[in-house]
Amino acid sequence: MRKFYTLLSREVRSYFHSPIAYVVLIFFLLISGVDFYFQVSFMNQRQVQYTVQEAFFNSIFFWFAFVLIFPLITMRLFAEEFKLGTIEPLMTAPVRDWQVVLAKFFGALVFYLVLWIPTLLYFAIFLKLTNQPAAPSAGAYFGSYLMLLLMGMFYLSIGCLTSVLTRNQIIAAIVSFCAITLFFFLGLVQFILLDVSSATRDLLGYFSAIDHMVTFSRGVIDTRPIVFYLSMTIVMLTLTYQAFQSRKWRL
Amino acid sequence: MIKVENLTKRYAGHSAIQNLNFEVGQGEIMGFLGPNGAGKTTTMRILASFMPPTSGRATIAGFDVFEQSLQARSHLGYMPENVPLYNDMRVTEYLDYRAVLKGVSHRRLAERVGDAKELCGLREVEKQLIGTLSKGYRQRVGLADALLHEPDLLILDEPTIGLDPNQIRQVRELIKNLGKQHTILLSTHILPEVEMTCSRVIIIHKGRIEACDTPENLLGKIRQAGGVVVEAKVGPDNGVEELKKISGVRDIIVDTDGDWKIFSLRVESGVDVREEIFRLATDRHWTVRELTQRRATLEDVFVELTHPDVV
Repeated sequence: MRKFYTLLSREVRSYFHSPIAYVVLIFFLLISGVDFYFQVSFMNQRQVQYTVQEAFFNSIFFWFAFVLIFPLITMRLFAEEFKLGTIEPLMTAPVRDWQVVLAKFFGALVFYLVLWIPTLLYFAIFLKLTNQPAAPSAGAYFGSYLMLLLMGMFYLSIGCLTSVLTRNQIIAAIVSFCAITLFFFLGLVQFILLDVSSATRDLLGYFSAIDHMVTFSRGVIDTRPIVFYLSMTIVMLTLTYQAFQSRKWRL
Repeated sequence: MIKVENLTKRYAGHSAIQNLNFEVGQGEIMGFLGPNGAGKTTTMRILASFMPPTSGRATIAGFDVFEQSLQARSHLGYMPENVPLYNDMRVTEYLDYRAVLKGVSHRRLAERVGDAKELCGLREVEKQLIGTLSKGYRQRVGLADALLHEPDLLILDEPTIGLDPNQIRQVRELIKNLGKQHTILLSTHILPEVEMTCSRVIIIHKGRIEACDTPENLLGKIRQAGGVVVEAKVGPDNGVEELKKISGVRDIIVDTDGDWKIFSLRVESGVDVREEIFRLATDRHWTVRELTQRRATLEDVFVELTHPDVV
């Protein structure tokens, strides 16, 4: 456990040692800030059926920034170690492969969660300025952030997998971006395929990240997406672990 | 300490090493010698559990490097070639991190990291970012890292590559001192290094062991076919004819330098022909400016074993 914690803390620290972290942070703050501003000013002009908080988490800005950050966060995880050769001292120390894989995954997760901290501030500022809450209940906040965590875990684990397969960070980023985008928009396919049965449409609907967020940001905690994202994360991390172990045979 | 049996590693199409067999005993400093691409790094990586062998087995302190890799790794301090390090960490920070990974207890951490820094002369750069260190210091960080958990065995891949002569001397001294407490396997292609530091040498070529012996014995072997160099003005004589008559001389290569003739004689084992040559020269009134028995170096052994056609 001590080894795992040390590996994890190095991963987290290495994010903040690199300029990429700050670029991602600023990029993300900018887009989420613009998103928040637009949603609020839009609502100022007309009557709508949703809350500020719901609008914030379901806008096009949000989704755009959302799918883009995962490749940026995960591309370096393994690829950089392969490229620099630091994987050699790392794996010749008495550490287990799963410790390294999990440390990298949770390191990325910690950084991802740090990205979201400033958004809490938006809601606090909104409350302060307008004297009304951005969401009707605490459950809505909880649901939104829970969904962010769940989706984050799944997409970060995809990023882990693509990073472990190559020593080139750019390739890792492009492949994970494609994979994440495909998964993300899988739910939209139901609107394109008009001649499919309703069962197929329902099935595709289960995968729809957008639907999940709509549900959760209302404060409705549906267990199906929770099971889906958690199990897919485990699948992806298992694949990552397998791919990481197989490196020995590819050398 | 190390036991290697029939170790083979095949990459797609070719074998990096074939059927290696050797043992390194407790307290030995074993030199691992070979031209580039001979399979040194491959062997060391297998021993460090970084990659599995295709066939055969290797054990470190009795632990199989593949089956019981974790135990094997905890008995081993490994310094990879070119010392890859995290450039974004500071020296002390890195060594602390490595010490925990290697299972140094919390109680002993500060002491071990301090000792390793002291031993490798890292005190003056302990707060620097590794990325800003010179090659020599990076090498020392790698060495300090290998020493952190007081391993029984050190495997050092090219520990002196890229260092200046002063640094090489320092590292060599360091290795010699470490050899008092640790078993060391080090690879290099700098030959004087091996002669000075190692108690035994393995010469590896094209993935096979060509020789495994003490440096003295290896030199002895080649000295059996040692040589004598004679530089003389032989006047009207041919020189070669006369020298050939001396018993023990096998063959002669002649070179000229103005009026001077330079004879390189290959001599049979254990025969010293210098006295005979001196007598011959005085009899024939040759002017001699050099008469030396050429001492074979490990370089000759190396060249002879790895390029048999050159000698």
